Formats: sequence, C-alpha cells, structure tokens
Amino acid sequence: MTLDLRYTEEQEQLRDSVRAMLADHAGWARVLEVAESPEPDDADLWRLLSVETGLAALAVPEHLGGAGATLAETAVVLEELGRAAAPVPYLGTAVAAQLLLHLGESDLLRELAGGGIVALALPFDVGPAGQRLPDVEVSTAADGSPLLNGTISGVADALRATVLIVPAGGALFAVDAEAPGLRRTAVVSLDETRPLCDLAMWNAPARLLAAGDRAASALDSALVAGAVLLASEQLGLAQWCLDTTVEHLRTRYQFGRPVGSFQALKHRLADLWVELVQARAVARYAAAAVAQGDPDARLAASLAQAHNGPLAVRAAEECVQMHGGIGFTWEHPAHLYLKRAKSASVAYGTAPHHRAALAALADLAPA
Amino acid sequence: MAAPFRAGRPALILHSQCIKFAAKGTEVGASVAEPVTAESLRERVDGFLAGHDPAGDRLEFLRARFDAGLAWVHYPVGLGGLGAPRVLQPVVDQRFAAAGAPDNSPRRIGIGLGMAAPTILRHGTAAQRERFLRPLWTAEEVWCQLFSEPGAGSDLAGVATRAVRDGDGWLVDGQKVWTSMAHQARWGILLARTDPAAPKHAGLTYFLCDMHAPGVEVRPLRQATGEAEFNEVFLSGVRLGDELRLGAVGEGWAVARTTLMNERVAIGGAALPREGGMIGVLARTWRRRPELRSPALHDEVLRLWVRAEALRLTGIRLRQQLAAGEPGPEGSAMKLAFAALTQQISGTEVELLGAEGLRHDHWRADRPEELDLIGRGPTYRWLRAKGNSIEGGTSEVLRSIVAERVLGLPAEPRQDTGVAWKDLPR
Ligand SMILES: Cc1cc2nc3c(=O)[nH]c(=O)nc-3n(C[C@H](O)[C@H](O)[C@H](O)COP(=O)(O)OP(=O)(O)OC[C@H]3O[C@@H](n4cnc5c(N)ncnc54)[C@H](O)[C@@H]3O)c2cc1C
Repeated sequence: MTLDLRYTEEQEQLRDSVRAMLADHAGWARVLEVAESPEPDDADLWRLLSVETGLAALAVPEHLGGAGATLAETAVVLEELGRAAAPVPYLGTAVAAQLLLHLGESDLLRELAGGGIVALALPFDVGPAGQRLPDVEVSTAADGSPLLNGTISGVADALRATVLIVPAGGALFAVDAEAPGLRRTAVVSLDETRPLCDLAMWNAPARLLAAGDRAASALDSALVAGAVLLASEQLGLAQWCLDTTVEHLRTRYQFGRPVGSFQALKHRLADLWVELVQARAVARYAAAAVAQGDPDARLAASLAQAHNGPLAVRAAEECVQMHGGIGFTWEHPAHLYLKRAKSASVAYGTAPHHRAALAALADLAPA
Repeated sequence: MAAPFRAGRPALILHSQCIKFAAKGTEVGASVAEPVTAESLRERVDGFLAGHDPAGDRLEFLRARFDAGLAWVHYPVGLGGLGAPRVLQPVVDQRFAAAGAPDNSPRRIGIGLGMAAPTILRHGTAAQRERFLRPLWTAEEVWCQLFSEPGAGSDLAGVATRAVRDGDGWLVDGQKVWTSMAHQARWGILLARTDPAAPKHAGLTYFLCDMHAPGVEVRPLRQATGEAEFNEVFLSGVRLGDELRLGAVGEGWAVARTTLMNERVAIGGAALPREGGMIGVLARTWRRRPELRSPALHDEVLRLWVRAEALRLTGIRLRQQLAAGEPGPEGSAMKLAFAALTQQISGTEVELLGAEGLRHDHWRADRPEELDLIGRGPTYRWLRAKGNSIEGGTSEVLRSIVAERVLGLPAEPRQDTGVAWKDLPR
C-alpha cells in the first residue's frame, strides 16, 4: 500500500475555484436565509454546482455527461461545502452516483449529470457498519411490475430529488419522485442546512435496478462512499471552526490583551489542530483507497468516520465556547456548524458503530 | 469569480494537466542529469550488493554504503546521499534489509541521526560535514544532546553553561542534565553561553563537544523506570578547538532550533506498518487473551486503535510532504499526539492485564545500550511513556509553539526578552 495522501495540483486548483465560488454564492447570510426559508436547499447554488459547472457529477464518466474524475476529487469539493455549510444535496447525490456507477445505470447517471438529484432512500444514520435497513415490502402490480409499501424516516438530501433509490426485499428499486403513492414529508431538523424528510409509500410503482449480490454490493459501495465523503465534509467544517475561532481570539480583547494570548485557550486550539492534521490524513487515505479500489477501503471508511465525526463536533463546540456570548447568538454562524457537525456525526453510522465495524475488520473481537 | 468549469470542464482540466505533467517529466529526464527514481535506486543497491558481501565485515560494508551515496539518499552527493527525494529512502532500506545486510543500529544512534546530523548538514562547514557525518551514520560514533541544565529545561535559551575564548579555542564550564545516552557517546551537541551580557537568545553559541576531552564527566542518573538511560554531564574546564564551533558565535539559538525541529520529527515520526508501534502490543494481547476482555475495555482498545492508525497515516502523509525539505510544524503535531497516545495505550495494557499487569521485571539500574520504548514489560512501557511528554520539549511547551507559530495566536506577555541574560531573575 503506497497511496498518495497529498492533494494533487489539480485538486488544489479545484479547491480554489470551489472556495471562490462559494464565497460569492454561499456566504453566511445566504446560508442562514436558506436554512430559515421553507425551501429545503439553495436551488440557485445547486444549479451552479450541477448544470453550470458540472461539479455535482465529477465522478460520472465523460460519455455520460460527467467529468470523469474520481471520488478523491469529489471529496475535495465536499471539504469546501463543509467549510461553507452549504445547503445543497451534494453529498447524497454523490452517494447515489457511486451506487449507479456500480450498477452501470447509464440513464440515471445521465440524468444526474444534467442536474437531476438522485437520493438513496435510507435513514441518514445508516452506513456501511451493518445497521438494519427499514422494512419496505415489495408486491406486484397486475402487469407484473413491482410496487413498494412502507415508510423510511429521516432521509437526507431527498426533498427535491427527482428519483429515489429504495432498498427493499434485498433488491434495489428506482422510484420516480412524482410517482403516485409516494409522499415526502419535511422534518423539522436539527441541521436545517441539510434537512431530513420522511418517505411513505403506498403501492408506489418502482423499477427494479438490481437484486441479490449485485444489489448488496452496490448498496455497500455507496454507503462506504458516503462515510468516506462525509469525512472530508467534516474535515472542511472543522477547519472552518478552527480558523474562525483563531481569528476571533486574535482580535477580541479582554483584560487588556487579546484573549488568544491566554494559554488555556491556546492549548485547546493547539490540541484541536493536532486532531485536524490527523483528520486530513485519515480523510485523504479513505478517499484514495476508495478511488483506487484498494482492499483497505472499508476499513479506511470506518476509521475516517470514527475519527472525523467526533472531531468535527468537538471543533464546532470549541468554536461556540471560545466565541462566548456571540457564539451562542442566532446571528452568528457558529450554531449552524454546531448543528451540522452533530447531524453529520450520526450520518452514515456513528463513531461507535464504526468502531464496532473496525473490531471485525481489524480482528479485535469483542468480549 | 470562480473559474467557470463549463468553459473547460473539470475533467478536461484534470486530464490535460496530467498529460502536461507527464510530458514535462520526460523532457526533464532527457536533458538534465538522470533523476533518481525508485527503480534506479533499486538498481544501484543491487549493483552495490554485487560488489560488497553483506555477510562480510560490518563496518566496512556500512562505510562503503555511505560512500556509494546509499546511506541517506536525500543527503548531498559525497555525504552519504544522492540528493534524491527523501521519500525514496525506504526503497533503499528495504532492499538492503531483504539482502540481509547489516544496519547501522538506528535505535542506538537516534540522537545522531535525528538531531546532530541535520544540524551539522545545515550549519556545518565543509570540513565539519566531512569529518562527522560518515562515522555518525555508520554508528562508529554515538552522539548525545547536551542541551538541558538544572536551571534551563523548557526555557532552553536560558542555559548557563559558559564557553569562554581561550586562545584559538574555547574553555567550557557548566552542568548538563537528563542527557540521554551520554554514557555511550563520543560526541555531544552542546549549547553554551558565550555572552552573558546579551539578551538570552543572542548570547548563545553551538558546539560539537568531544565527550572524551579532559574535564567531561558523565554520571548515571536513574529515572522512574529504575534504569539510567540518561545522565548528568559535568563540564569542567573542557577545552574545545574553534573548529568544533557550529555556526557563528552568538548564533547558537538559530542552530539549536534546527536541532529541535528535527528532534520532534525523530521522536514522533518513525515509519511503521499498521500495528507496528505500541498499539500492536496491546492488540496482540487482546487477541491472545480472550479471558481478559470486557465490553468497556473493548471500546477503549478500539478507540486507541483508531487513534494509533490515524497518527500512523498522518506520519505517512507528513513524510510524503517532506519529500526533500525541512520538517514543518506538523512534526510538533506528531510528537504531541504520539506522547499522549503511548501513555494511554500502555495504561490500558496494564489495566487489561489486571494484577498480572502489575508485575515488573526488575528495578536494576541498568545502563541501556539503545533507546527502546516498548522492549520490556507493560509496567516499563507505561513508565517510560511518561517521559515522552517531557523529553524533546514538554507537551505544554509544544502546544504553545503550535498555537503561536502554526495558528498565529498572540504570544503571551513575557519579561525575559530585551534584558541581559545575567540580569534575569532566577
Ligand atoms: C526521558 C528523558 C530524556 C531526556 N533526554 C534529554 C537529552 O538527551 N538531552 C537534553 O538536553 N535534555 C533531555 N531531557 C530533558 C528535557 O528536554 C527537559 O526535561 C524538558 O525540556 C523540560 O524541562 P524541565 O525538566 O526543566 O521542566 P520545566 O521546564 O521546569 O517544566 C516544568 C513544568 O512546567 C511546564 N512549563 C514550563 N514552561 C512552561 C510554559 N512556558 N508554559 C506552560 N507550561 C510550562 C512544563 O511543561 C512542565 O510541565 C530529557 C528528559 C527526559 C524525561
């Protein structure tokens, strides 16, 4: 194993462009405005990311209208989206893309590359670490086509999806978002920059995408990708929290000196930085492992979530605490990062789930 | 405004640049001196092995390896290297190891390899590099670090050991303490005060101290583990020639900083396979002894495993970035995380073993020949790890360095700059 854990020059350029674009279109005031609005996400920003720049389909092959890049590039975009707490269904779409790539679903990939939003219909906390899938029943219509019945609660990035991919009965189905018998209900969510929804299906017509092992391995690869990509988003979020806190402590004076000159705070931020340096290595390793089909990818995914999930929460908590009263104020961005970090720490499996998965992967059996 | 991707889709940007890079690579290769690659290094090693029997005389073999530029490939040609990227070193080491070649007992000469060598390379004269680097690398000459004193530990720039001009050389008087491996050492890197009237950082000069010179006395100093890995070193009228001064008079602090930066990398940064460090000991005990397991300890072991693996990957990434250059501030991150981690892993190991974990092998005041953080039993590991957050800069001092130099947080108000060293309160 000699995976390169550095950013390539192209990835650095990609980062610069995305960061500049988000500075213009996803400033803090805009993010709060979207979070407070009834809209589930920022449709204009999504248009920019998908239709106008093709960033939402980085990993889709060129002949299907995508950019033909890898998950390692997608992860760089997610670092920046995490940094901005941008309200767009990017992560969910990237996860769906991974699943569709695995299945070679050209039509849906083309739709996705054209700006369509495809969502994997699973509770946000389901990851590759072996959680239970919701019970959705499959029955057959008069013409022999499949119908789905059941509820799936707490799905992310699905409110504006055009197509939902539903795991049911050990198979994978595509359900058109406008299908009769499908209802989406927005959930008032902790993280309103990535709100969840509940799905209910009553005889919703569906199309079979894959069954058996093929379905299982496609789903698994999508969930591994989700855990890995989320780790990069968490890294970007944590970096924003650290940078913003440092900036505040340099300029905020109390007791006749910048509060950032007090050792009690300096040392906590130094410790946070030490964790962040490691979070970057872990995220890059996981992204490289998946992008290159390394056999260690599964372990890398669980390692990345076990480390970066709690780190992002800690970074956001320190950010709030070290900003004092202003950090607890609705008009200050810190709370959005706090909520997003906590929500993300549950997504694609919590750290304890991933540690349990590592027990098996690293041959450390339980008591 | 952001670069519009539609104009040149990301894929195109990515692909066209890959092609450009590849083309540039070949052009350079064709016109300039042949670049050192992993492949060419393997060939060099094989060529060397064809002419030198790894089973023959150890020292002769190591000297020849140095002369062939295969010692530390990132060092300059003529000084044991090939001016090659530092990342390629493992290629060479693995090839030699596979051939059963003798190594230079790196654990015995860690201070020389990790601290003295990069400092001599950066600040030494041609004659000093020529004289010292080869026997340092072949382990003919072991080095120690004569920095800390009873009155100057964290505050290293406060050292009181005096070096006074004496004709064409220097006379050194003072006391150093906690000097690891001084009992093995032929040479020491020494920080001494040459101008007590200057502010403390400005009055220092760096020397290479002959540990065999008259007036150098090394006394064992026992540590919490019972052994005496470190020492007190008394310097009484020690005469050092001016050719043993490293860097200019009064420039000792800048030279010492090179040493310290490298020390932090050396302590935290060894390249290891997964479970190659202390976590491997704990993981193997966990696997071998199911009767010791409990659910709470299980999660503890997993948490530590995650942290150890995260730190290991960080070291790999750091080494990839280091390619040829100087260690950056991330070395301090490694050192900080390493100290905390070894302390917790070894603590958990003792708890996992229960009463069995309280059996210590012996409290003899051994004089170890080499530094080994994990070689003995669990209680030894746990005790020795306590030193990790003290040696090479305490974790508190390192946090302040990170906060100020990496994060750019304001310095604390201080009273000891701009004052003559001799007038400081102590
Ligand atoms: C195993 C071991 C091996 C060693 N080997 C060597 C060697 O080979 N050569 C050598 O020269 N030295 C060596 N040392 C010495 C080591 O470098 C010093 O012990 C260390 O730098 C701390 O100095 P001190 O012991 O004087 O503690 P002090 O500086 O007195 O520190 C006491 C406490 O105060 C804290 N502190 C000090 N200043 C600050 C500050 N500004 N802000 C916050 N907290 C502060 C420290 O972190 C520590 O907790 C070794 C030490 C050990 C334990």
